[in-house]
Amino acid sequence: MSPEFTESEPLRVAVVGSGPSGFYATEALLKSDLPAAVDMYERLPTPYGLVRSGVAPDHPKLKQAIEVYARIAESPAFRFFGNVNIGEDLSVEELKQAYHAVIFTSGAQTDRRLGIPGEDLPGSHTATEFVGWYNGHPDFRDREFDLSCETAVIIGQGNVAADVSRILAKTADELKHTDIAEHALEVLAQSKVREIWVVGRRGPAQAKFTSKELKEFGDLADCVPVIDPAELELGESSRAELEDKQNAGGRKIFELFQSFTQSPAAGKSRRIHFTFRKSPVELLGGTKLEAARLEHNRLSGEPFRQVAEGTGEFMRLDCGILFRSIGYRGVPVPGVPFDDKRGVIPNAEGRVVDGGSPVPQLYVAGWIKRGPTGIIGTNRADSVATVQSLLGDATALKSLGQRSGAEETSRLLHERGIRYVSFSDWAKIDHSEIEKGKPKGKPREKYTRTQEMLGLLD
Amino acid sequence: MTTIVTDNCKSCRFTDCVAVCPVECFHYDDEMLYIDPDVCIDCSACIPECPVQAIYEEDDLPEDKQEWIAINAERSKELPVISEPMDPLPGAEERKKELGF
Repeated sequence: MSPEFTESEPLRVAVVGSGPSGFYATEALLKSDLPAAVDMYERLPTPYGLVRSGVAPDHPKLKQAIEVYARIAESPAFRFFGNVNIGEDLSVEELKQAYHAVIFTSGAQTDRRLGIPGEDLPGSHTATEFVGWYNGHPDFRDREFDLSCETAVIIGQGNVAADVSRILAKTADELKHTDIAEHALEVLAQSKVREIWVVGRRGPAQAKFTSKELKEFGDLADCVPVIDPAELELGESSRAELEDKQNAGGRKIFELFQSFTQSPAAGKSRRIHFTFRKSPVELLGGTKLEAARLEHNRLSGEPFRQVAEGTGEFMRLDCGILFRSIGYRGVPVPGVPFDDKRGVIPNAEGRVVDGGSPVPQLYVAGWIKRGPTGIIGTNRADSVATVQSLLGDATALKSLGQRSGAEETSRLLHERGIRYVSFSDWAKIDHSEIEKGKPKGKPREKYTRTQEMLGLLD
Repeated sequence: MTTIVTDNCKSCRFTDCVAVCPVECFHYDDEMLYIDPDVCIDCSACIPECPVQAIYEEDDLPEDKQEWIAINAERSKELPVISEPMDPLPGAEERKKELGF
């Protein structure tokens, strides 16, 4: 009979990353039958990952997921270490010495590239930069977006593309009572962008928007959605997709696109154009972006397996700013295997593997495990599955002997002069942000610089 | 706006929806599930998970299912939360076929 974890010598787990996956993994560990203690490490002083810095400021209800995470964080078996960068301030090896297991839930922090000429011209941006900027993420605080042009292009038709185009489509009045960062609101208020093109590689039956997001485009104060009816002509396979009984979501989206072809009432100054079956092949311009060269695509293949192929016909779309939103990739953590092709940490059922064999003590959950698919709740089932794998290894983990957890790591952080942010420190930052928002009628005004946040604490 | 479970759930109760709910807003009785509108954050993650398309956004709720708004609101307050998926009810697969899915 192997020795067992006890209240005084619990299973000690480090969770790296404080977004939804990190909190759902924490919850699953703390709800399990084994006595467990979880320490969460986060690169920023603030928790909640993309719920704070990804979810659009005009979607406040979605951000209420934070209330669930704050309740998880109340557990006496949980500690938060913000402002600690794993791989830099603490090594993975040091975490392995201090804990029985480490779960990486660091998400997919960077964008996939288009891989076309002109991609790095001034005026060509990633959706990540723009989203991080308007959401007050410290990494993107000082990015500049030149919105003095008439036309903006978004490449991609998923929920991030919807957020980016909607933020560009909204007036300052529609945004000023959200938690949008002040520096972004000032720039957006001066925006001269009036034409917004949202470009999809495949057709209107394959767009990845949700119907809820699409409906929002019909309700904007100063912007109308526009689609050329010819864009909605469908091939046989796409018609079969929409007729499939299981595809109620696809039908709803297509009906919304159809409603956008009815040229709506005049009197609005901005238009958002949805265009399909086009891929960018080159971004044109001298010192800055002037146009995107798009190739027309045709779809081929069985229903639900159609791929887009270039037809050899091209068009030019003049634009002053472009955002690519064609998916995300994870970034490697020093000391942890990485699948560079997929942009994830290679794993089998959440156990990190290296060349096919499991790496003891290391686990992974969320986008860095399976790639950037699904929404907040999808990560709950994913984290629960990883924790089940981890708990299945309990005997092997216990055989590593006693682990001192944060006692060890906090000593190392002190030695290295790292001011880590505890959950009660975060509560101070949180409170201060909410107070700062009040006079402006905002739910909060975020601090956007790490030093500002740390300055509130000591 | 909220999200509503309707009568297709009756006698199935597949609970695939529960696994992806970020906020534990589902409640259950012996027949089906109900969503607490005060807890649901309208993320819609559950809607495509349902094998019998029982879940709707309020805006898309058919005319003849409007009563389910009040039923979800009332029943969810009286019943226990379900936070992990359970086995479907006996006969769920047959019921799914009957419903044409």
